[in-house]
Amino acid sequence: MTKVREELMVPKADFGTYYGRPILKEPTWKAADIAGYFFAGGLAGGSSLLAAAADLSGSTALRRAARFGAVGGLGFSLAALVHDLGRPGRFLNMLRVAKPTSPMSMGSWLLTAYAPLAALAAGTEIVRPPAGSWVGRAAGLGAAGLGAGVATYTSVLIADTAVPSWHDGYRVLPVLFAGSSAASAGGLGLLTSPSCQAGGARLFGVAGAVTELVAAHRIEHAERLSAEPYRSGRAGRLMTAARIATAIGAVGSAAVARRSRTAAILSGAALMAGSALTRFGVFEAGVASTRDPKYVVVPQRGRDGDR
Amino acid sequence: MTHIGKDLGLQPRMGFFTDSTVCIGCKACEVACKEWNAVPTDGSVLTAESFDNTSALGANTWRHVAFVEQNTEQGFRWLMSSDVCKHCTEAACLDVCPTGSLFRTEFDTVVVQQDICNGCGYCVSACPFGVIAQREDDGRVFKCTLCYDRIGAGQTPACAQACPTESIQFGPLDELRERAAERVDALKAAGEPGARLYGADPSDGVGGTGAFFLLLDEPEVYGLPPDPKVTTRDLPAMWRQAGLAALGLLGAAVVSAGFDRLNPRSRR
Repeated sequence: MTKVREELMVPKADFGTYYGRPILKEPTWKAADIAGYFFAGGLAGGSSLLAAAADLSGSTALRRAARFGAVGGLGFSLAALVHDLGRPGRFLNMLRVAKPTSPMSMGSWLLTAYAPLAALAAGTEIVRPPAGSWVGRAAGLGAAGLGAGVATYTSVLIADTAVPSWHDGYRVLPVLFAGSSAASAGGLGLLTSPSCQAGGARLFGVAGAVTELVAAHRIEHAERLSAEPYRSGRAGRLMTAARIATAIGAVGSAAVARRSRTAAILSGAALMAGSALTRFGVFEAGVASTRDPKYVVVPQRGRDGDR
Repeated sequence: MTHIGKDLGLQPRMGFFTDSTVCIGCKACEVACKEWNAVPTDGSVLTAESFDNTSALGANTWRHVAFVEQNTEQGFRWLMSSDVCKHCTEAACLDVCPTGSLFRTEFDTVVVQQDICNGCGYCVSACPFGVIAQREDDGRVFKCTLCYDRIGAGQTPACAQACPTESIQFGPLDELRERAAERVDALKAAGEPGARLYGADPSDGVGGTGAFFLLLDEPEVYGLPPDPKVTTRDLPAMWRQAGLAALGLLGAAVVSAGFDRLNPRSRR
């Protein structure tokens, strides 16, 4: 049914188009790289926060797992970002300038500062530094502070475009990405830590999942035409799958993960899957909104909502 | 907005006025642009969309002549208009470029430095007109330079030079805007109620464009966005939201640490 409606969209349009062609260019970014990076970067930033929390509360197993999770997410992030460049050999051109008007420039510097701290924090889990645990703690706290930025700046990166479904969601996207990041990091904590030490991960993950669910609902059901791509087609299916996985993960984490190791693993995996699906759903919704000129023309004509 | 050349009193802002009412659809602008700038072919396809076989502006199409066929009450009419990069006053492509490859020239035009571009594609998604695009085999982005090399040597851009009807006019933007306003008035007096300028208003969503147009129908009929707005105007609000979200994450981490510490069941 959805399919039929989509096919009718262009012919039924009550505004002029140039042979039905899109006005905007489709993003050049590949979903696996960029939506994948949003997930991995969120996982890294969230894990650094969770690791710092575990460090302060004395949950050493969770701290260790989260620090390794942060470095894993970071490694994937950097690989995906460089891979997505049209000229990968020129990655360092990102560091020619620091431009507050470019979220990608700010993000590049943020990652540049974050990466060594996250790596150092994880490194102290392998090689005990002579100065004792304060090196790991200081690096971990630094990584947590910057990690909060790493986890959220990507929402500004996509909102600061002409892509209707991304730009129009700029108030909610940072909250959605922050929640999604916490959900994935909590999920990884549940997967990797014994339940006696995973209390912080459960709380962090559940709080993130609830935030993610509420924010996703708001962006999907906002009173504007550009909310439609979040509910239809491929993006709509991804967002629905994300909602189901995140809800299962949240309920599982809160209710049964404490008692059963299997339940903890399944809940953690569901939270991570939900977070990843959210990022791919948001990505696809933006791409879809560049393909149909109605998302550009109708709101700009001031006839938003009049379909 | 700062106009570097103008504020120093050295160089007025230069631009294009494209008067679509005298365009004859010859595509001399497209050809001259390709020849001068050595822009590669898009490959030949017959789109069956009137005489248009390049479809839209892109990495390899820096001038694009749109052909619109309309049946009106007065009979059949043919709208033709040569589209080009708008060289916005508030240019989103330039704002978001993370390498500084896109820059504003002394003529207040917007140009890509090809040796700096790393192919990140951010400008492509930021442009509200869908102008700048990535060359697939190359990875970098390309668009109209307003013939930066030619105008620097005191010459006219290739497209304007080749245009046989002066549909494409090049000159100081202030003069072009005056001339265009007079032309619209003359057309309206001659019975063309649909005549309008597109991009000539400095109070619009992109602060006015350096390349503006005289059209006879709604902009979207020519494939142009009716009322585009530069995305970076909302950027301060976006950073504020992201800052709040980041604080929320920090708060959640602090609460998690406290929760774990106080929880009597989490004994290790």
